[in-house]
Amino acid sequence: MTRRITIDPITRLEGHGKIEIFLNDEGNVENAYLQVPELRGFEKFVVGRPAEDMPRITERICGVCPTAHHMASTKCLDDLFKIDPPQAAKKIRELFYSIFMFEDHTLHFYFLGGPDFVVGPKAPKEERNIIGVLGKVGLEVGKKVIGIRKKARDIMTEMAGRVIHPVFGLPGGISKPLTKEVVKTIKEVAKEGVEFSQFSLKVFDDLVLKNKEYLDLIKSDIYTHRTYYMGLVDEKNRLNFYDGKIRVVDPEGKEYVKFPVKEYFKNIEEHVEPWSYLKFLFLKDKGWKGFVDGKDSGIYRVAPLARLNVSDGIETPRANEEYDRMYKTLGGKPSHLTLAFHWARLIEALYAAENMERLANDPEILHPKVRTIPTATPEEGVGVVEAPRGTLIHHYKTDKRGIIEEANLIVATQNNSAAINMGIQKAAKALIKEGKVDEGILNLIEITFRAYDPCHGCGTHLLPGHVPLEINVYKKSGELFYSFRNH
Amino acid sequence: MSKPKVAFYWCSSCGGCDEAIVDLAEDILKVIEAVDIVFWPVAMDFKTKDVEAMPDGSIAVTFISGAVRLSEQEEMAKLLRKKSGLIVAFGACAHLGGIPGLANFFEKKEILETVYLTSLSTSNPQGILPQVETEVKEGILTIPKFYDRVYALDQVIEVDYYLPGCAPSKDIITNALTAILEGKLPPKGSVLAPSNSLCASCKRNESKPEKLRIKKFFRPHEVIIDQAKCFLDQGLICLGPATRDGCGSRCIEGNMPCEGCFGPTEKAMDMGAKALSAISSLIDSQDEDEIKRIVDTIADPAGTFYRFSLPKALIPRKRERKI
Repeated sequence: MTRRITIDPITRLEGHGKIEIFLNDEGNVENAYLQVPELRGFEKFVVGRPAEDMPRITERICGVCPTAHHMASTKCLDDLFKIDPPQAAKKIRELFYSIFMFEDHTLHFYFLGGPDFVVGPKAPKEERNIIGVLGKVGLEVGKKVIGIRKKARDIMTEMAGRVIHPVFGLPGGISKPLTKEVVKTIKEVAKEGVEFSQFSLKVFDDLVLKNKEYLDLIKSDIYTHRTYYMGLVDEKNRLNFYDGKIRVVDPEGKEYVKFPVKEYFKNIEEHVEPWSYLKFLFLKDKGWKGFVDGKDSGIYRVAPLARLNVSDGIETPRANEEYDRMYKTLGGKPSHLTLAFHWARLIEALYAAENMERLANDPEILHPKVRTIPTATPEEGVGVVEAPRGTLIHHYKTDKRGIIEEANLIVATQNNSAAINMGIQKAAKALIKEGKVDEGILNLIEITFRAYDPCHGCGTHLLPGHVPLEINVYKKSGELFYSFRNH
Repeated sequence: MSKPKVAFYWCSSCGGCDEAIVDLAEDILKVIEAVDIVFWPVAMDFKTKDVEAMPDGSIAVTFISGAVRLSEQEEMAKLLRKKSGLIVAFGACAHLGGIPGLANFFEKKEILETVYLTSLSTSNPQGILPQVETEVKEGILTIPKFYDRVYALDQVIEVDYYLPGCAPSKDIITNALTAILEGKLPPKGSVLAPSNSLCASCKRNESKPEKLRIKKFFRPHEVIIDQAKCFLDQGLICLGPATRDGCGSRCIEGNMPCEGCFGPTEKAMDMGAKALSAISSLIDSQDEDEIKRIVDTIADPAGTFYRFSLPKALIPRKRERKI
């Protein structure tokens, strides 16, 4: 007799996500599925649109990380129109991008992922939210978090017209230069950002790493997957969000392949399942082997921990120190611990803030020339950035007038979709035994996928800071046998 | 006295409308204190059956963002209509169909084939398409049906008010919330934003010549855009003359022209037709061949003039077929 558990997290992966768990006769987990019931079809309906409008169209894929799409698209246009933007424009774009990454990562820690650890995975659900975090770290810190978010978003509005759906990206540069006043504010926020990121890492140290129980949880097998990792690196194989080559390392940490983004389709492919609108990415060479980890499977992971796993270090000194310390604590590189994504995210926030500081102090960003007008005939372009949730690729083909004929998008979270599915299967199998399900188990499953910060509304999960879940256990006859919800 | 119950729901959307609410949360704490948010799926939990259990009409106002693209969204919209006193279409997608509404230029089949069969990086030798019901070895898995076209919210349920924009601006959200709480609402069916066009409040108005004359349209990447001058005077298509005011000129501040996300002004029914007539009246020629040549410099007329409003156009889609 098969029993069935439905976990319906109202979290967004281009809409909602739903998890179905099937139990066997003994009440143990037979299989689990993550389903995404949402599709809009951007790849098709951008056909016929002018290429230069793409940064303003495709960012509507996600209102939480529109900057990532806007930037991947703008870089794709540089390639499409065969134009190299002025140095100032490139630096301003990267500066803008650093502010975005800092803001997004910081918020995730305090409002979303943080509550699990700062307050504790076993704390009552009423406390596992931002209010609970503030109880632990103090109200002043809460005010700081809100304050710094607002400052970062105000600067972005100033730089790009808007923060929800920026408008300044154009092939060959950006639509407006920076002013001295804005740069002055950016410098202040950058300084504050660096200090705040260091503080966040200290909070993580004090409340998580010094707690043996939490550290054991992070290191436990339930949350471990030996997979490949993928992310952008600069010419010295260091972490980079804005530009570089895509590097893949194997489960032992050895470079498996490194390629320019133009060759992405030679290296990765998307698998289709009839039960979800979301496709699953895998390494083309390895082929699709199903939802299994290991060296023979093509499943790879992206986003904070993956990016650190593929890089040999970080360009900025303070983040680099933290990078070394993390791997030392976790017992070497690569780390396969899903929950270490939280730690990696904080290190990346520090890198973003340090990078913000570096670029804000570069006099070239005040140069008035921020555009080069393209003259070449457009044909085909590919652009890439590291979005908060992983490698994001835009690829367009146009006619001679620059009207889109074909578009292909590899969206960040999609890269992790197979791993998330696998992670849920593993956690469910380890935790649900003989049909027994309770709040603790529920939260321990919830933790698995929250580590990946499965975007699309992540930022807007702000208020209660937990992903709502419901578990229903049914007998084969359809009779409800057990029901639990975390709210 | 119990507080009025308020709800938020999203259909086919990007989450930007929810971000817009979070962005102003600090400023509207008083408003939030005055109401009881009974659900908000991005921020709070709720289940269909929780809503089903509420008495009809018990939610004072529900804000719905996003277009209607899948069956589940239509079902939820209908359920919320029944349970709510007022329904406010929140943002461009619910108001007019929004960017996802551009999909109405294509058939469902074309979209599914591109995404799941022919896209460059897809490996699908068996030609699998997502199915409403799939039988796996352990049981049956279901996902909602992908409709033939995109609908604006009022094409699926009755809507009382509209908050335009992608995303709505801070000012119009705050004003709308205040009007609702104070019971000072305009007639049903109103768009809760100023009735004039964006040009009326645009800072670049001063630079606008008495009579705009356009000999050639330029695309934004073809020229260095002057930061002070009217976009139309630079030959760039700006939908300001046809678009409702209230956004705070955000794109203009970013030195990029208006794309019309706030929809048409009060009396215009069809955004694209209004925009087309506004722009074409500026063409500086009497000669038919020359006019044609000038119009041909507009790269994507339908996609430009209906950028956020195709599902609400008089001709709202490529081809009508039975669902």
